[in-house]
Formats: sequence, structure tokens, C-alpha cells
Amino acid sequence: MAEEKLSAGDAAAAAGGMPQFDFTTFASQITWLIITFGILYFVLSTMILPKIGNTISNRHNRIADDLDTASRMQREAEEAEIAYERVLADAKAKAHNVAESTRASINEEIEREIAAADAEAAAQALKSEAKITDIRREALSNIDAIAKDAASDIVKKFIGKAPTAAQLNKILGG
Amino acid sequence: MASNPMDQFKVEPIFQGPKIGPFDLTFTNASLWMVITVAAVILFMAMTMRGKLIPGRLQSMGELSYEFIADMLKETTGPEAVKWFPYVFTIFFFILFANLIGMNPYAFTTTSHIAVTAALAVFTILAVVIAGIWKNGLKWFKIFAPAGLPLIMYPVIIPIEIISFVSRPVTLAVRLFANMTAGHVMLKLFAIFIAYLVGKGAATGVAAIVPILGTIGIVALEFLVAALQAFVFAILTCVYLNDVYHVDHH
Repeated sequence: MAEEKLSAGDAAAAAGGMPQFDFTTFASQITWLIITFGILYFVLSTMILPKIGNTISNRHNRIADDLDTASRMQREAEEAEIAYERVLADAKAKAHNVAESTRASINEEIEREIAAADAEAAAQALKSEAKITDIRREALSNIDAIAKDAASDIVKKFIGKAPTAAQLNKILGG
Repeated sequence: MASNPMDQFKVEPIFQGPKIGPFDLTFTNASLWMVITVAAVILFMAMTMRGKLIPGRLQSMGELSYEFIADMLKETTGPEAVKWFPYVFTIFFFILFANLIGMNPYAFTTTSHIAVTAALAVFTILAVVIAGIWKNGLKWFKIFAPAGLPLIMYPVIIPIEIISFVSRPVTLAVRLFANMTAGHVMLKLFAIFIAYLVGKGAATGVAAIVPILGTIGIVALEFLVAALQAFVFAILTCVYLNDVYHVDHH
């Protein structure tokens, strides 16, 4: 029966009609469409698509987890950096203090030494000054005597007779 | 080779099957290529479902397909329509693979038959009607009477809305059928013309280069049409599913 109908359809198509409008083939086409489409729907909806959906949502979850972990680790790293910087700043301050106090004590010592040296130099200078004064006084008194000698010699040369000490003193205002 | 450009659409029985009520299990070349289409989709998707955390190329293709259809449904119909995802996915991939397989020489294009495209369109429209009434009850029929119009407009608007609703499966079916049929007829005509020119002698044989180039262009175009029509059918399915969920926004 079906064969008769289908072959009749072939005849219609051969006669120039479009095979698409050969209604005798419709029942078979639609029946097989329902079967094949139904199988495809069943296989996709129950086996394949849920699996792919799971894979995708697992990946999304995993990525979200990983991002969480990454941001937590970053926060921890930032905290560690802050702590490190604090420790570093402390150490720098301490080192600065040590350097400052060392410099201060060294300066003090230098000043003390300089003061001691200055005092010694001043004492020496005083002593030297006294000595110089002595020497100068001595030299000045010597100059008097030499002047008197020289004057008596000059007088002697002019008048042939040396003046007396009293005369010399009177003249020279000695 | 058949020289009638319509012969490629001929449905021929491979073996006879019983008729059960309105159903006819006679296995034809059309049935064979439907089975091949479904087997190809299942094979393709099965190869892509490896479930690895870091997908390879095949798995990426499967996941991209999944997300492409999922996003289309979400953006067009809304997140509440997620249970229709397997249906839209099946529609898209059945039509896409049927169209692409039909591009192979000697293959039969199941989607070039109005019986098949009309049945697919009826699946979609029946789904919309049944799910719409299931979910909204009789309120679903409000989609034919848009809210906020003056009463006097309803006698005009309601018939227009009904006609536009009824024409949906017709346009769905005819669009796909006509696109696939026209493309294949055009390819066949060009091919027949090439054979005719070559058969006529050397001078016209050289001139056959023109329809050969034309055929190459049409083949490229037909691949585009094959993918585009699958997409159009799927996205219109999503658009029509809107009527299940957004009765008041119509």
C-alpha cells in the first residue's frame, strides 16, 4: 500500500512537480523526523548537555575560588610588606640613633682634646711671653750699658777723656 | 546523473515499513539522512564533552556551542526559560547539521522539504501554546489582546494578532524550506549549465569557466545560508517562547 503511494509520488515528481509537494511522502518524513529529533533531544538533554553544563559551572566555580585565593594571598603579601617596612624603618631609626650618639660622643671627645690642647698652648704661650719679657728687659738694660759705653767712647774720641759715669747718666737721662 | 534540478529532492523508499495510525515507518532516503544528521550531532557533541578543566579544541567547540545557545535563549527569552535550552539546542543543531550535510554532493537535504520544516515549526508553536496555557491558564490568550488599547480597537487588533500568531509557523516553515530548496536548485542549474557548455565543444567549454566561478560563489553563499537559517529558526523559537513568559508585555 505504502509502496503504491510512494511510487505514485515518484511518478508525480517525474511529471515535473516538486517532490516537496508529493504528499504521499509526508507521513514517512514526519514519522522519521519525530523519531530522529526525539532521539536527538533525549540524548542531548539527558546525557550530553548536563555534562557540558557541569563542566562549565565547575570551571566557573574553580576560577572564582582561585581568584578568592589569589586575592587573599595578595592581601597577606601586602600585610607582610607593611610589616617588613615597619621593621626596616625601626632598624633605620635605631641605626640613625647609634650613629648620632657615636658622632656626639666623638665630637665631645674632640672638643675636650682641643680644649686641653688650647689650654696647654695658652700656658705655654704665657710662659713664653714671660720669658720674652725677661729677655726684652735684659736686652733693654744691656742697650743702656752699650749706649753709655758707646757714648763714653765717642766723647773720649772728641775730647780725649772719658766722661764719668755721673756725667754720662746726667746727659743720657739714664 | 539526474538532469532534472528537482530530482535531488526525490524521496525514495529504501525499505517499506508498517503504517501505524497516521505514522508511516517506511524508511526512505530522507529518513536515512535524518538518522545521519542526528548521528553526526551526537558524535560531534559526544566528542566535545570531555569535561576537562582546561578544554582542548574539540571541548572548546562544544562549550562554545553550549554557551552560544544558552546566551541566545537568556538574552531573547529570559533566564526563566532555561528549561527550554535543550529544545532550542536540538532545533539549532538538527537544522544546522541537516543543512551542512546537505551541502555534500549526493547527500539529501532533509530541511529542503516542507514536510520536515513545517513539522519543526509546529513543534515550536505547539510548545509555545501548550507551555503558555500550562503556565498562565486561560490568561495566556491575553497575548492576542494587547493591554492599554481603547475598547473599540479590539475587534480589529485581535484578528490581526491571531493572524500574525498563526502565520508564525508558516513563515518558519517556508523560510527554511525555500532557502534550502532555492539554493540547491540554483547549484544544480549551474552544474547542468556547465555540463551543457562542456558537452557542446571546446569553445563553449572554455566559456564554462563563468558558471564554474558562479558555482563556487554560490557554494560559499549556501554555507552561509545553511548556518544563518539554523540561527534564524533557533532565535525565532526563542522569540516565540517569550509568549510563554511575558503574557502582559505583549
